[in-house]
Amino acid sequence: MEKKTKRRDFLFTATYAVGAVGAGAVIWPMIDQMNPDASVKALASTEVDVSAVNPGKTITVLWRGKPVFIRRRTSEEISEARSVKLEDLKHPEKDEDRAKNPEWLVMLGVCTHLGCVPLDQKGDYNGWFCPCHGSHYDTSGRIRKGPAPTNMEIPEYKFVDANTIKIG
Amino acid sequence: MSEHEYTPKSKVGKWFNDRLPLLTLANHLTDYPTPKNLNYWWTFGGILTFCLITQIVTGLVLAMHYIAHADMAFQSVEHIMRDVNYGWLIRYIHANGASMFFLAVYIHIFRSLFYGSYKSPREVIWIIGIIIYLLMMAAAFLGYVLPWGQMSFWGATVITNLFSAIPLVGEGIVTWLWGGYSVDNPTLTRFFTLHYLIPFLILGLVVLHIWALHVPGNNNPIGIDIKKPSKDTVPFHPYIVIKDGFALLMFMIVFAFFVFYTPNILGHADNYIEANPLVTPAHIVPEWYLLPFYAILRSVPDKLLGVIAMLSAILILAALPWLDTSKIRSAVFRPLYKQFYWILVADVLILGYVGAMPAEGLYLLIARIATAYYFLHFLVVLPILGFKERTTPVPLSITEPILGGSPNFATVKKKDSFKDQ
Repeated sequence: MEKKTKRRDFLFTATYAVGAVGAGAVIWPMIDQMNPDASVKALASTEVDVSAVNPGKTITVLWRGKPVFIRRRTSEEISEARSVKLEDLKHPEKDEDRAKNPEWLVMLGVCTHLGCVPLDQKGDYNGWFCPCHGSHYDTSGRIRKGPAPTNMEIPEYKFVDANTIKIG
Repeated sequence: MSEHEYTPKSKVGKWFNDRLPLLTLANHLTDYPTPKNLNYWWTFGGILTFCLITQIVTGLVLAMHYIAHADMAFQSVEHIMRDVNYGWLIRYIHANGASMFFLAVYIHIFRSLFYGSYKSPREVIWIIGIIIYLLMMAAAFLGYVLPWGQMSFWGATVITNLFSAIPLVGEGIVTWLWGGYSVDNPTLTRFFTLHYLIPFLILGLVVLHIWALHVPGNNNPIGIDIKKPSKDTVPFHPYIVIKDGFALLMFMIVFAFFVFYTPNILGHADNYIEANPLVTPAHIVPEWYLLPFYAILRSVPDKLLGVIAMLSAILILAALPWLDTSKIRSAVFRPLYKQFYWILVADVLILGYVGAMPAEGLYLLIARIATAYYFLHFLVVLPILGFKERTTPVPLSITEPILGGSPNFATVKKKDSFKDQ
């Protein structure tokens, strides 16, 4: 038998193609239903009153189900964070870029390794220490030692007035 | 499947069997010729079936009282423990049953490793087994999250975050798994659904596992091919049924000891504290049966490579039938492999121990050496050993070494000539 494209081959190919599109159209809603829903997305921002936070204190607030550290840093901590050379850092970022207002460090309190909450005022760099797998962060929340690949994340935030921070 | 035709004696039986040959299947299972030298390490297949049924039955009952909601899950588990009639018993059987299941599966796997049960023609049985093992780990992890204690929450956080190591799409996958920006109620409800689903997938795979086993028949302690049925075999019922039954009773004594005397010794006290997304417990470790892999994960200083190493440690087992180049199955006739086998057992136990310890100093060093050795065993030692090792003579049948003066002269002669080498 000689191989020749027939009407039937065209029909087969067309049927498979339409079938594949149909299957995709059914599967996608099944996959996408697992993504964050509208009610989860609605909780996008939080306002925090920080008037009671004295220098050397950290408060932890919940934003999108994750802890956010708001630390009012002491002048020693600021100078320590700002004097580090960028080449000593695993994930080089200037403290000036991480804390626009040097006194206030606002960051996600989530270790970038596997998501634990690091402990305050611990570790080899006077910043944070993650008890799960031993990552050390400095007073700017930058990774200095251990398995975490990047610095702790800085969320979008702004001072609404002198005493209120809006996260998100 | 069956070697001989079977006809039910009764008329009704014949009528039914002609339409659905269930009686033929039952006859195959009872008459199934089994090597007569199977030792007690071979009883763990039956024990594992018991474990699976136990988990499914107790799990169904627990699901009648459990509430899969982040605000109520922890309370509902305490409600099961305190209010539900015999709830404490059912939950302790289910929780300790997971540990017993893994205990049995590790013995079952290491039995295969010792007697070469994974080798041709049993590769498919072995690979189905590895898939079952992976599903067991998934089910155990998902189930551990359901009580919504501190260990549940942070275990879920750490394990789901493993996927964030994947470049580019990692973060998106984690958000998708969570159904939010952290482990929360949507995560809990889907974990409950999947935890309910997986045991039935395992059940289906167990049927395939046994089906695939019944094609070539059981391996045996001396690892030779035997004629079936012959002097070397006994029918499954009653011989193996009774032996498996006795071993199961012994196993149930151990099981009952944990359930009634130390029901919480294999768990973590932190899991009796309700989940708190603001505080990570000071020392988080997985359940004991996952510790060796956890040690491998932590021994690699890079996030992505650590995850790859941990997954490879499990998946490498699937390639084992091709990594082990030796034609001799049983370690009984492999003097060198036998030693490496016990070194591997020790290596895995050491990994389990350091997995439970903090990842620093000497523990970290030991974890790294043990991890390196684990991969060395499968990737270097086993392939080379098949070519270099001088194996000892293998008997031609199970009865031959016992009946010494075999009437078959050629057999005896062949055996002697092996010795002379």
